[in-house]
Amino acid sequence: MIKVEWLYWLIGLVFVVMAVQMAKDRTNPKRWTSAAFWGLLGLTFPYGTGVAGGSKALPAEPLGVAVLALIALAGFNFIGKGEPVTTTQEQREKSAARLGNKLFIPALTIPLVAIICASFLDESGLFETGQATLLGLGVGCLVALVVGMLVTGERKVSTPIHSGRSMLEAMGSALLLPQLLSVLGSIFAVAGVGTQVGKITDAVLPDNSKYLAVIAYCVGMFLFTVIMGNAFAAFPVMTAAIGWPVLIQQMGGNEAAVLAIGMLAGFSGTLVTPMAANFNIVPATLLELKDQYGPIKAQLPTGFALLGCNIVIMALFAF
Amino acid sequence: MIVLLGVLVVILGFVTRRNPVLVVGVAGIVTGLLGKMNPLEILAAFGTSFADSRSVTVFAIVLPVIGLLERYGLREQARTLIGKLGKLSAGRFLTAYLLVRQVTAAFGLNNLGGPAQAVRPLVAPMAEAAAERKSGAVLPDKLREKVRSYSASADTVGVFFGEDCFIAIGSILLITGFVNSTYHEHLEPTQLALWAIPLAVCAFVIHGARLLLLDKQLEREMALAVAEHEIPLPKQSSGESGKSGKETAK
Repeated sequence: MIKVEWLYWLIGLVFVVMAVQMAKDRTNPKRWTSAAFWGLLGLTFPYGTGVAGGSKALPAEPLGVAVLALIALAGFNFIGKGEPVTTTQEQREKSAARLGNKLFIPALTIPLVAIICASFLDESGLFETGQATLLGLGVGCLVALVVGMLVTGERKVSTPIHSGRSMLEAMGSALLLPQLLSVLGSIFAVAGVGTQVGKITDAVLPDNSKYLAVIAYCVGMFLFTVIMGNAFAAFPVMTAAIGWPVLIQQMGGNEAAVLAIGMLAGFSGTLVTPMAANFNIVPATLLELKDQYGPIKAQLPTGFALLGCNIVIMALFAF
Repeated sequence: MIVLLGVLVVILGFVTRRNPVLVVGVAGIVTGLLGKMNPLEILAAFGTSFADSRSVTVFAIVLPVIGLLERYGLREQARTLIGKLGKLSAGRFLTAYLLVRQVTAAFGLNNLGGPAQAVRPLVAPMAEAAAERKSGAVLPDKLREKVRSYSASADTVGVFFGEDCFIAIGSILLITGFVNSTYHEHLEPTQLALWAIPLAVCAFVIHGARLLLLDKQLEREMALAVAEHEIPLPKQSSGESGKSGKETAK
């Protein structure tokens, strides 16, 4: 049986290999600390096997120290990037003309294999129960890599690793943020932040009013996201406060519907806030706009309209 | 009540534009201390939840494949493909881009677009070129800004409300990771992705309609600009395609 932990080990290995490449890359002014960051991140994946799911095989505290080290390396700008290992614009245009739409085949292989695995192989016993989607993604990537190398005629396995590393370096510590926000959400939950927000909402909200609770959750996600600039940070707080205890446990809402739509209410908030700088302010700078709020103004009516859609769809279909 | 100060740390951190990784780390420690956890418990909480949420970072495994394809001209080919849509009005072109962006993001190709890779070099110039072809004159600065802002918005709305239909995207995995580790439930990414589809449709209808209305607005404001004699000299309207926008867009 293929276990999901194997996928985590593979990812850890990829990060470690990329870290080794970074350590050798003299074009990166911060190559040692960059290599330390990505290498350490890679090692947290296999170590996590002994910690995850409450298995007490390995102590969790050393992993906590490693996470703080990652935060320090990223937070105090110790991560740099080297010259991307890639082709020139001219070479790419030539190869695009040669390969044409065949280039899309490997890219489409990933979701296709993932979906096939999720729909047909979940019950087969081949994959660890309930992990078919995630494993499907891993299998999809491996298949796509083979297909990609066949389509492009690339022989060296180091080439995709180098290209992937360049993308990793371009993303930088932003790649770690979702996982850290998930950590923050858990700590908020353990420390009782959601419960507190929930108590306040309870005091304000009339009992058993489904529609008001839906509005409170969606608008709460929207507002929290506007303040924090990131729906990922708002999600654990609002879900612990209203989404889970009130909408799902008390009122019996469909888990997947409530949570997926709640997250999208947050995304509607991202459209209207300058706090989400990378989505709203950065494009304005890139496009050399005089009005840095131009994109937000273009998105504002859509953001509010979609908040309305979120509320209506959740109220009608989630219960 | 005092644990809510942890939320305040996050808000202050983001308001003052600190490094987000640092903000999240500090907020975690502060909240843990305010919630009366001792330092070892905080470290253990960081470690355990980091291990439990590893699935969020799984998408990194996609990078080598996409990197390989980009090296062989994936983006250029996407450009050629979109370029075939070039003979449209600005609003229709941007609506088409919105659709392409949503659909490709729904298939996990959310790196195909983006303000740096696609909007600046490709979408905005093509939208401007389309607007100018329609009116036969150079766009005044104010309208040029508007077209560019709407180009950025088509990209952002498209990716936000397309990517959640893909199971391996950070937000979907964050939801499953959070719920499965906090509430010991078992939620599958595919169920969540399914619920993102109705909103993807809403987003396309609403923003698409607004993009189409942009054509009318442009027409009206161009007429107004002509009436006020603010319009620059007519542009040479030879049979050039969207590519000519690149030169005017500098």
